Amino acid sequence: METDSVACLITMVSADPDSYMFHTPNVAWAGLIADAIGVPQLSWPTLGEEEAELADLREAIASAKERYGIDGIVTGAIESVYQAVRVQRICRELDLWCFNPLWQIDQVDYLKLLVSEGFEVIVTGVFAYPLDESFVGARIDGPLIKKLEGLRDQYAINPSGEGGEIETIVLDGPIFRRRVEVLKAVKEYDNYRGRLIIKEARLVER
Amino acid sequence: MILLVDLCFRPRSLSRREFVDPIAGILSRSGSDCQVVHFFKLSEEAVQGADRIILCGTALKDDSYSKRIDLFTWIRDSERPILGICAGMQVIAAVFGGKIFPQPKIGLEGIDIVEETPLLGPPRRIEGYHLHNFGVTLPPGFVLVAGSPDGVEAFQHPDRPISGIIFHPEVRNRWIVEKFVSL
Repeated sequence: METDSVACLITMVSADPDSYMFHTPNVAWAGLIADAIGVPQLSWPTLGEEEAELADLREAIASAKERYGIDGIVTGAIESVYQAVRVQRICRELDLWCFNPLWQIDQVDYLKLLVSEGFEVIVTGVFAYPLDESFVGARIDGPLIKKLEGLRDQYAINPSGEGGEIETIVLDGPIFRRRVEVLKAVKEYDNYRGRLIIKEARLVER
Repeated sequence: MILLVDLCFRPRSLSRREFVDPIAGILSRSGSDCQVVHFFKLSEEAVQGADRIILCGTALKDDSYSKRIDLFTWIRDSERPILGICAGMQVIAAVFGGKIFPQPKIGLEGIDIVEETPLLGPPRRIEGYHLHNFGVTLPPGFVLVAGSPDGVEAFQHPDRPISGIIFHPEVRNRWIVEKFVSL
């Protein structure tokens, strides 16, 4: 984060697992990740209905501004104009800076960067042909990135899941004080849609 | 070598990754060498050593560049091809006597190219990504290339290879940056 400091993490908890805007698989564990990083979490409920969920996001960001005195927000948007535009508009309304440091980054380069920087990321959801069951729960590493790169070339899959093809969870990384250990998880998979549902997890020393 | 001028509010800001690095990425993939210099630190040597110059955009809330137009007077005498993107276009407009005024626009919108130029090609409608709080008036003598006098989307200097576009070519219109390099 260079010279800026992170005041809080905002988690939108969507009642609709197919939200247009928000990540949903295992979102209940975002609080544990916030603890692992050592940053307060602001958790905000939303019904996850198209466009109406933006009013909820606006309220959540306004609340973060009030509670934590934030000057701006940082998103992980890479390619999604739909999401980026909506967050930009909310920030403008609230007179906040909006930073998207991954914007337009090459997705394969980004995955390689995550691995080289020491992030431990696993796939918690697949939602597109031809992603088979082997991807569910798989760790993002060199061989998996190679596989995703091939699927990008052959099937136009977004390697980092920017089109919703893949969802992930981060268990460890250079900004973590402790790492997340998954103790129990259940796999569900059928017809190129699959999820890894985390049932039990805890923080352990790195 | 192409000089990318970072117009963000401070050197090595978080915004650089959003507004400068994507342009550097397009250049790199098209086989061009580039050097990034923040506008606070821009030297005559860097300008003179460049074959082409791109003035990059900034975050929506960032208007620090518009308060230091005095740092860009070199553009007035430059013979090198220059492309201003969003904030960069505003800087070019201000240097040549145009005005920067509030005109917010966010999102993908149709852009009417009204004048054929080597950079943007023949008149037609394209879709472009807008992210700006300010627009510009057409500087005296400049050619309106896209948009309208009340909503200038692109302009060009009448005699020199100096162009400006208010939208962000790194989204959906990378060909514009590639074309600029090949002109």
